[in-house]
Amino acid sequence: MYKKKECVAMLLAGGQGSRLYALTEKTAKPAVTFGSKYKIIDFPMSNCINSGIDTVGVLTQYQPLVLNEYIGNGQPWDLDRMSGGVMILPPYQGKNGADWYKGTANAIYQNLDFIRRYDPDYVLILSGDHIYKMDYNSMLKAHKSSGADCTIAVLEVPLSEASRFGIMVTDETGKITEFQEKPKNPTSTKASMGIYIFNRKVLEKYLIDDENTPGSNNDFGKNIIPNMLNDGMSMYAYPFEGYWKDVGTISSLWEANMDLLGEAPAFNIHDKTWRIFSRNYAEPPHHIGEEASVSNSIISEGCEIQGTVEHSVLSNGVVVEKGAIVKDSVIMSNTVIKSGAVVNYSIIDGDSIISENAIVGEDAESAKGIAVIGSGLCVEPNVVIASDAMINNDSVDGVSVILK
Amino acid sequence: MSAAGIIFSNIHDNNIPELTRNRTMASVPFGCRYRLIDFTLSNMVNSNINNISVITHYNYQSLMDHIGSGKDWDLARRSGGIKILPPFITAYANSSNSLYSTRLEALKSVFSSISKIPDDYVVLSDCDVICNVDLKDMIRNHIENGADITIAVKKVNLTKEKAKINVLIDSDENGRVTDVKAGLTNFEGEADINLNIMVMHRRYLQEIVLDAIAHNYTSLTKDILLKNINRNVYRTYRYDGYFACISSSQDYYASSMELINDSDVRKQLFGVKNRPIYTKVRNSAPTYYSPDAKVKNSLIADGCQIFGEVENSIIFRGTKIGKGTVVKNCILFQDTFTGENVKLNCVIADKNVVIRDNKNLSGDETLPFYLSKGKMI
Repeated sequence: MYKKKECVAMLLAGGQGSRLYALTEKTAKPAVTFGSKYKIIDFPMSNCINSGIDTVGVLTQYQPLVLNEYIGNGQPWDLDRMSGGVMILPPYQGKNGADWYKGTANAIYQNLDFIRRYDPDYVLILSGDHIYKMDYNSMLKAHKSSGADCTIAVLEVPLSEASRFGIMVTDETGKITEFQEKPKNPTSTKASMGIYIFNRKVLEKYLIDDENTPGSNNDFGKNIIPNMLNDGMSMYAYPFEGYWKDVGTISSLWEANMDLLGEAPAFNIHDKTWRIFSRNYAEPPHHIGEEASVSNSIISEGCEIQGTVEHSVLSNGVVVEKGAIVKDSVIMSNTVIKSGAVVNYSIIDGDSIISENAIVGEDAESAKGIAVIGSGLCVEPNVVIASDAMINNDSVDGVSVILK
Repeated sequence: MSAAGIIFSNIHDNNIPELTRNRTMASVPFGCRYRLIDFTLSNMVNSNINNISVITHYNYQSLMDHIGSGKDWDLARRSGGIKILPPFITAYANSSNSLYSTRLEALKSVFSSISKIPDDYVVLSDCDVICNVDLKDMIRNHIENGADITIAVKKVNLTKEKAKINVLIDSDENGRVTDVKAGLTNFEGEADINLNIMVMHRRYLQEIVLDAIAHNYTSLTKDILLKNINRNVYRTYRYDGYFACISSSQDYYASSMELINDSDVRKQLFGVKNRPIYTKVRNSAPTYYSPDAKVKNSLIADGCQIFGEVENSIIFRGTKIGKGTVVKNCILFQDTFTGENVKLNCVIADKNVVIRDNKNLSGDETLPFYLSKGKMI
């Protein structure tokens, strides 16, 4: 029947990512393109397989088509398994009616049956909206050796920013003594990364209790963690060092993309000992033309570059025609930048066209913000798009929707 | 209508001895991220041929490594899929233990496998046909015309040297083959050349192989095609797209350079709608260009890190071009590492070559300098 697994991962991928506006119009946040050939969810998925965790439940809710299609049978991450592997877990209709996932804890609660099949000792809770490389297995080792009921991965943040996070106050052994959710006056700089390892039985009990508590938010940060702490359960912080970025906003998504650039990039994706896997499409190598100039950028398969690309991240199949300039920008799959067009300090989603001599965005120094163009849009020739524009349909003059 | 595919993986190995020392012709790297067999495999898969046998001969480890389970071509199937047929040698000394050297002998050696093909039609193809051809249309054409064998041809202008190494096919105005000529020493001009892709009915293939076993025939062209040319109906199928077949090291180099210099070639090979070319996925990171990188007119695969200058070159996956290094007119295979201030011109570097700082290597377009697999300089 089902093979017992030591640890099962549950990946929360239902988030809408409303602060990414145009980019999440039709896709869930975890399926947003990142770093040329990846999607955000590739990072936790690759971390799982690199950490030896081969059973991953992916909880989806908002706009799941692209995400479901992308994950498929899990083959790109080596998660197509006879036993375990990846499993998409959408909300479902039960005997007592249908429920959307009301919160992060409720989402796991509704899928306790999935977890029980594998009879795991531990459950790893992850979220699908962070960019980082982390060995969950060493976190699991720390969890086991401390004998904790729950271990929470934490990151050192500057005190000035601590009020944006859930903050853990610990004693010298790493035991959590206090939890402050977005505190006004934080007394610690250990921020929760939203990565938890629970002893399965403890998790089950608290999820069931939480479900039976009227008025609960059914949320890990707001309910489960504080309740466990109040009950005096043994909870430890697991310090994480390294690159970690929440890409929930346009500016943090842009920054994280730019963190891949430079001779000593803040985040290294060329590391062969911790590879990031992604779904590949059968595209030819990219071609750099006779008059092209490419510097400080990353480029992927299927691109055709005839113009100038500077300090930018280009996804597969992007075309930059002769005389076009792309600078400080993120261009997603199969978008075409026509000749003479200028794209500056922008994020342009896939399958769009920036027509001849159109101008999108402004120099990073003078811009009011990052210009964002949604997917499947055509910016007409000679049109100028303001630096902080957020365009997701044809309501703006000079922008039309490309019909497929 | 269903069709099976048979691919010969070692045909023409001695055309490019440097590149086939450690591998089959089928697994010779080409075009930044492909192996030659990818074109044939993709053509078959794109034409709904999902039952493919690859006949191997010797040094086929690299080919097995490349193909794996076949999943990258969607050929990891419950029934059918891809199957490698290594040479069949018995433990007992007998006369059949010699390795084959022609297509017909190869087919004879895998007769038991051929006799079990469940599909109606069979497409036979060499592994070094670089093209993007619609085999579905070719099979349809074969059935409509009621031919015994349909042979893909392309009209080309031949020089004397090229005429000598190609098989020329004459046909009448109805497309029926009237003559097959190989090794002509004194021909130049326009002619139809054999693309080494053939369609026939499974039963016809079984018949000719049985016939060949009975009569100890060895050559498909001489003993089968020419002998039966008046009795059976052999027809041509004209293909007009890009086609290259690697007949020498210079050919290999020239065909590679064509990929860079001619956007039409790239379009005809890679840009055909619904007919992509598949290859083994390596999960490389996207390619990084440093602030000082200068790249012109080059094809570059994923997973590279470019700190120097690259011009008119083909750079395979995972290659690193060091600071101050200048690479011109080169073909650098997978995971080539160049140090700083290296100068390379007309160099073909096989897999995993390491070129240390300040080295200066140059070949010529007519005789590229070849560095063998794993070489360190």
